[in-house]
Amino acid sequence: MKSVESSEPSTPLVSTDSLSSPLRRKRKKGVAGYAFVSGYFVLLILFGVAPAIYAITLAFTASGGHFTGLTNFIKTGEDFRFLPAFENVGKYLFIWLASLVVIVLGLALMLHSIARRVSAAFRFIFYLPGALAGAASVLVWLFMLDPTVSPWRLFLGIFGFKNLGQTILPGHLPLIFAIIAFWAGAGGWIVVTYGALNNIPNELIEAAQLDGAGAIQTALRIKLPLIKKWIVFMLILAFAAGTQLFVEPQLVGEASLGLISPTWSPNELAYYFAFQDNNFNYAAAISVDLLVIGLLCAAVLVFRTKLFEVE
Amino acid sequence: MRLFNRIWSRTASYIILLAFTAFFVVPVIWLLFAPFKTDHNLVFQNPFALGSLGNLFHAAHVMFTFEDYALLNWLKNSAIYSFGGIVIALICSIPAGYGLAHTQFIGRRTLLGVTLFVMIMPATALVLPLFLEANAVHAVGTPLAVILPFSFFPFGVYLAYIFYSSSVPKDLLAAARIDGCNEWDVFRRIALPLARPIIALVTFFAFVANWNNFFLPFVMLPNSTNYPLPIGLQDLLSATPAFNPGQGGQVPIYRPELAIATIVAMAPVMIVFLFAQRSLVSGLLAGATKE
Repeated sequence: MKSVESSEPSTPLVSTDSLSSPLRRKRKKGVAGYAFVSGYFVLLILFGVAPAIYAITLAFTASGGHFTGLTNFIKTGEDFRFLPAFENVGKYLFIWLASLVVIVLGLALMLHSIARRVSAAFRFIFYLPGALAGAASVLVWLFMLDPTVSPWRLFLGIFGFKNLGQTILPGHLPLIFAIIAFWAGAGGWIVVTYGALNNIPNELIEAAQLDGAGAIQTALRIKLPLIKKWIVFMLILAFAAGTQLFVEPQLVGEASLGLISPTWSPNELAYYFAFQDNNFNYAAAISVDLLVIGLLCAAVLVFRTKLFEVE
Repeated sequence: MRLFNRIWSRTASYIILLAFTAFFVVPVIWLLFAPFKTDHNLVFQNPFALGSLGNLFHAAHVMFTFEDYALLNWLKNSAIYSFGGIVIALICSIPAGYGLAHTQFIGRRTLLGVTLFVMIMPATALVLPLFLEANAVHAVGTPLAVILPFSFFPFGVYLAYIFYSSSVPKDLLAAARIDGCNEWDVFRRIALPLARPIIALVTFFAFVANWNNFFLPFVMLPNSTNYPLPIGLQDLLSATPAFNPGQGGQVPIYRPELAIATIVAMAPVMIVFLFAQRSLVSGLLAGATKE
């Protein structure tokens, strides 16, 4: 920061006060800016940049510290648990994102076409389970999926599930995690989508209706194209977060009598490498894989959509 | 015919909305009712049968006294980590948002861009790297290993930045400068008092994120006395015979007790939700829709 300060145009040595004061003020302002961001800057370096750089360093070195190139990435990529973990998360993401597009948009459009007061009540109810994100939501759903106590036992019975072990068979997990994610997360997205729909000028919708468009036509041809960038926003954020799945397979695994692999998701695999195998270099390699996915998502959002204002 | 169509589609909308209402609400209602029943009741009674207060007291007694009040200890830990993180996050992010919006300095745009990036990236992506870092400086197992990463909250900086750049006119600040305020005074006397709504918003989002965070404390805190609630829940889950009759066995934690622990874990966020309801449902977009 010192060097930045000195790189500012040096104040000419003119002693008249009237001349130097505006210049001095300008310089002082620059310093003030650094002061305001300094606390955050330190946190950013320590807990954002440093861990990322450290993980990258570990990912490209062996435990002795010497450079190994891509070896860790290749070794972890060839591990028999690597592909299944990404496959699991891929299936989960497919269901979760599809349900976001179809159900969240559908519900938001319905809410947008009914009375505002009523829709506010619905929005709040849909949003409420968001309070139970994380471990609590998984616990709630273990109860919901346990045919012996579930209020949905009739439904579960239709599918022939008699005990929790049958409902949470490994093959069902992508769908189950998508349901949990939907239950805890869809409400927030419905609120966001509804807000975006609300921003559409009324004249546009009225014009469409005058031209003879029905409710569905208006929704598909006018409303959806106008909120397209919010849909993209939602999908990218949900995708980025979904790749990081950890707590859900971890907790359901606890209840599954060991049926579910402890390396079900990539993050679990990284955790496994770090804590079971004590191989921090492998763990770092997978972390870097996931970091790159997150970075790519962020890059698409920042550069391709104009959603974020940075002047 | 047209009218008929409209009525029909409206009715269909309401049926679908009510079906989803059931999907979203039934689990919460079931959870709130469960502690009033015994484990046996839960299996053999109608899922929405009312239980008794006696059952509730029994289950609560078992749950709260379990392992020398472990649940209360986890609750306390969760509160310390969440609020510790929020306080530092606020102290750092409000001035940072102000600085980014209303002062000029070299690197400002870069800092803004980086903030945007780390804000969009899921926080979980950095958990293992953070663990590796904490491990390198021997900080694993200390509360600070959770609180300090919590306090890095770029979304808060972005919210504060948007707020200051859109709702606080430059002229207002310039007027204060002309009146003789230095940069610090301008912030303290003008910008900070105006920031109340944004402080509430940042607190809300940071609280929900910190309170529900599982992965970070899970890797940072190996010792059960340090657990926050979510890790405590996993601990209960691994010990209880409720879902796995074959597992554990000696622990007296069954479904009603687990339900109580889950309610304790979610109650603070639920309360904050109810209070923030109005501003949330209307203003969730406030930071982002500015076009």
